[in-house]
Parts: sequence; structure tokens; C-alpha cells
Amino acid sequence: MPRTVIPFGPQHPVLPEPIHLDLVVEDEKVIEARPSIGFIHRGLEKLAETKDYVEFVYVAERICGICSFIHGQTYCQAIETIMNVQVPPRALYLRTVWGELSRIHSHLLWLGLMADGMGFESLFMHSWRVREKVLNIIEATTGGRVIFGSCKIGGVRRDINAETIKTILKDLDGIEQDLRDITRVFLNDRSVKARLCGIGVLSKQEAWDLGCVGPMLRASGVAQDMRQQGYAAFKDIPVEPITRTEGDSYARCAVRCEELFQSVQIIRQAFAKIPDGEIAVKVTGNPTGETITRTEQPRGEVVYHLKANGTKNLQRFRVRTPTFANLPAMLKVLPGCDLADVPMIVLTIDPCISCTER
Amino acid sequence: MSQEQIELITVDTLLDKVRAKREQGHRLVQMSATRLPDQVELTYSFDLNSRLTNLRLSLPAVETRLPSISSIYDCAILYENEIHDLFNVKVDGLTVDFHGNFYKTAIKFPFGSTKVACASSATTPVSGTASCATAPAANPGATK
Amino acid sequence: MGYFEMSKLALKWALTKPPTTRYPFEPRKALAGSRGQLVFTKDNCVYCNICAKKCPTGALLVNRAQKKWAIDRLRCITCGYCVEVCPKKSLEMTTSHGSPAVTRDREFH
Ligand code: SF4
Ligand code: SF4
Repeated sequence: MPRTVIPFGPQHPVLPEPIHLDLVVEDEKVIEARPSIGFIHRGLEKLAETKDYVEFVYVAERICGICSFIHGQTYCQAIETIMNVQVPPRALYLRTVWGELSRIHSHLLWLGLMADGMGFESLFMHSWRVREKVLNIIEATTGGRVIFGSCKIGGVRRDINAETIKTILKDLDGIEQDLRDITRVFLNDRSVKARLCGIGVLSKQEAWDLGCVGPMLRASGVAQDMRQQGYAAFKDIPVEPITRTEGDSYARCAVRCEELFQSVQIIRQAFAKIPDGEIAVKVTGNPTGETITRTEQPRGEVVYHLKANGTKNLQRFRVRTPTFANLPAMLKVLPGCDLADVPMIVLTIDPCISCTER
Repeated sequence: MSQEQIELITVDTLLDKVRAKREQGHRLVQMSATRLPDQVELTYSFDLNSRLTNLRLSLPAVETRLPSISSIYDCAILYENEIHDLFNVKVDGLTVDFHGNFYKTAIKFPFGSTKVACASSATTPVSGTASCATAPAANPGATK
Repeated sequence: MGYFEMSKLALKWALTKPPTTRYPFEPRKALAGSRGQLVFTKDNCVYCNICAKKCPTGALLVNRAQKKWAIDRLRCITCGYCVEVCPKKSLEMTTSHGSPAVTRDREFH
């Protein structure tokens, strides 16, 4: 059987971001996938040398346009660890709430993109309709739709007053009902299942060995979630990782669907327990020291390695984003699949190429 | 770095140490490099049961060579290609070598030497505002 | 496995008002906490240059001698940091987004 090489990307209808794969195919079967990324390397890590560490929160937030808040939060947490800053509890709770709101909007964005990828346009629009409600809560409380800009070293910039909390909780009830409507379609519909079940199977051992993170790892049966480490308010709000054992595309979709409801619950608990008090402390001086901080993004574990030497610029700012860790697994499951399933498999890792390359 | 454990190792023991980690069932969390004035510092982070352990390796700043761990951890190819493209560290024995084409950067090896780093940080505070402060003089027509 | 899972949702929304707005004819309502556009009030400003120094993108420019304050709208990321640091409260973030900036010129005040 003759082999053909089909270029996939960097511009592809199902992916708004540039990743290029050379797919070696035999008939309709993919034999090998050779990746090339690096089209949008922005050099954000290098920027640490010209921006001071306080301003750098804004840069960290802009690593990714979807999980922006948690990037800012992780950066702040890392600096706070180095400088030994005690963040007021109310700020920690607010960070948790915003982090979970961003998880809901990220997962809804992904569900929509996936529905779009398989040609289920009406489901795509419904996912994004619900996402719009979440974005409205985010904009009303932080001022931005995707770049929240509300996290700073030592706390947060804005507070949410009791009245707003009440309206958010009311909105959440509506959102939860909507989520139930759309996830029912994702989890039960015949055409969705036909596109996802048994596609791109990754075993538990492979997922662990290839260093997978987040929903990709949990869909293969490994119960690991960085929120269990108890950063921010997660020390008071226990999080049980949501796992599946099948390891296929459907399992990844199901994990994300269930995480939506988990996040709604976390926000409810956080609002029930939120203490009164200050929302920020003043931070002075320059950081000295080194830390590795990990948090759970919607796409998985993100790792910040910061090294500071007592000047106002960081010596090293290094981010390992979740997609970077999930790419090897994607390359692993591509060989052997049908050409028509390639977009689905690429989408199920929830690729975020801009943050991969930073 | 308080809670995370860092173990200092040398190049010769790297592969053995990493192999031992693999056998104990660790997941490779990340590899990162830091450019210091006279050396390149590499950090390998591993995770087992959500506990982070690190291996730290110092390499000379010029003619830096590093043995690849990609035969032990497949996923290390991305990290090692990245370290090559950004830090000018030659990695020997990569299972998939992009030959410097992993990232398309305007400056080759942006973290390749501390010279680049020092030159730009010396002009702080914030190069952006520094250049703006002189802007009205350079552009007097716009000032009404 | 279910058939016609979507039809319930589709039917419901066929009978409801669309959640979208007819945008250019019906302008978007600004939300209360939204960061829209940076507005400068000349009266209070003492031209201390703090805002320009703190601005992470270098969008602002303050000339104390000539008493000029300028902003490059395309650079401004509406982060609100300058509003926070201004000692005279002469900067304000409005909720409306204003008209889009199209040129790289600075607006002088
Ligand atoms: S910080 Fe305020 S008072 Fe100072 S120059 Fe800026 S706008 Fe004027
Ligand atoms: S809002 Fe932010 S980016 Fe815009 S001028 Fe103020 S400090 Fe600069």
C-alpha cells in the first residue's frame, strides 16, 4: 500500500491555533504523525528580564487567553511563596471562585469547539450561549471577559459584595440547569458517541508514563488533581478528582462535563464559607529565592519555576503549560486512527498552542 | 524552595538517577533550564503521589552538552528540544531531534548567553516607559 | 445511547426569544464592574508621572514641564493599574468601551 503524507495545519478549520502535523497515511489509516510547533513563540519568559516582578502579573495572565486567571494566580502564589506573604483568607476564596468560573468557561468553550469539530453546530451554539452567561458574571465581578486582571501579589484587586454574591448564586442555578441540558446531549446522544467512543484510547500506564496532566490523565483512570494540594481555598474545600477508566475521547469529554458541575459546587461552597476581611496585603521589597508552584488549570497541571535573586527582575521565569505535557500523548494515540478522527483526537487534549510556546 | 526537595547531581549520574526515578514510577513533570553567569542550571522535576522531587544539574556555560533522557522518558523530547533551541545546549542522543527548528525565534538561542540578558536588564526601569519619556521631544509636531 | 437528545433543547429554543442581541442596532449594555476605557480629567492632575511609570505597557506619557498627559490607546490594555496608583484620582475607568482606536497616535490632553 503506498504511503501519502498529508499536512494538517497550521491553519485548520477545527483548530483556531497553529500546530502543524505531517500525517503519514496508508489508505485512510494514520501510520505516523510528525509534529512541528513554534509558529507563535512569543518569548514571554524572556520578558521577565525587562519587566519588574509586580508588573509581570499582567504578562503571566496573558500567557493564555482562556485560562488566564489561573496563570496570574499561580504566578502570584509563586511570588508569595518566595517572599513569604500571608494572603488574607478572603482573597484566597475570591481567587478560588474566579478560578472555578474560568474553569467553567474554558470547559464550555472546549465542549463547543468539539461539537463544532464534529459538525454538531447547534450544540456548539448552545455551549457558547451558556458560556456567555458565565462570562457576564466574570465581567461584572472583575471587569474583563477573558483577561480578569483581578489578581495581584498579596491578594486581589476587587471584592465581591454580599448582594452580588446573591445574584451570582441565582445565576449559577440557571447555569447549572443549562449545563444539565447540554451535557445530557454530549453524554448520551448517538451521533456524539459515534464520533467519540473508542477513539484515541490511552491506557492508564501510558498516560502516566507520557506525563499527561489534567482531564487527559484523569480520563485514563489516574486520580490526580493539583487542587488536592490545597492551594488557595482548597484547603477548606475538598476536591475529589473525577476519573474515568476508558481513556478514550468520550471519557475525556465526560470528565470535563462532570468537572463543570464540580466547579459549580465549589463556587457554592466557597461563597457559603467566605470569610470577611481584607482582600490584599501590601508587599514591599524584592524577592530572593526559588520555587516551583503547581496549580490545576482547566487543561491540567501548570508548573511555574521562578528564580529570583533580590533584584526587581526575576532571574528565571519558566512555565510548563498543560498542553505541553499532553502533546506527547496526542502523538502517541494518533498512529492507527482514521484520518477523519484526527481532528477529534487533537481536540480532545484541549490544545492551547499559544500557551504551549509562550 | 522549602517543601520541594532538590537533589544535586552531576552529568555522569544523571541517566542512572533518572532511570531509578522511572523505575520507582515517577512522572516527569517538567525540565527547566536557567542561565546563570558562569553555568547553565537544569532542573528535572518528578511527581509521585502528588509529591514533587527535583534533580539539579549544573553545566558549563560554553560548549554545553547534555545527555538526553528521552530514551527513558519519551515525553522529554519536547523539553530537550526546547532547551536546545532557547539555551544553545547540545543534547546528545535525542530520540526525536528537531535540529533547532522546534521554536521559530527571531534571535537564535535567546537565552544563549548572559550577555543578552544583562544588556536588556541594565536599561530598566521598564524599557517601554523609558523610551516614551523621550517621545514628545522626538515627535514635537504631535504636541499641540 | 439516546436518540433525539437534542430535539428537546432545539424545541425549547425554537419557542423562546433568541438570547442574542441585534448588535449594531441594539448596543451592548455595559456591565457595572466592566473595565471599559480610561478617562483622564485634566483638573486634578499634578503631572507627577506616577501613572506613566507604573503602566505595564508604556502607553502613557506625562510631560511635567509642558503639563501634557498623553495616551496611546492601542497600547493600553485597560488594566486599571494607573487608576489605582494615581494620587490625585484624576484617572477613571468607565464601563463603556468607547469607540475603537485605529491609529497609533497618542491622544494629548
Ligand atoms: S498619576 Fe495622576 S496626577 Fe500623576 S500624572 Fe498621572 S494622572 Fe496625573
Ligand atoms: S489602564 Fe493599564 S495599560 Fe492602560 S494606561 Fe493605565 S496602566 Fe497603562
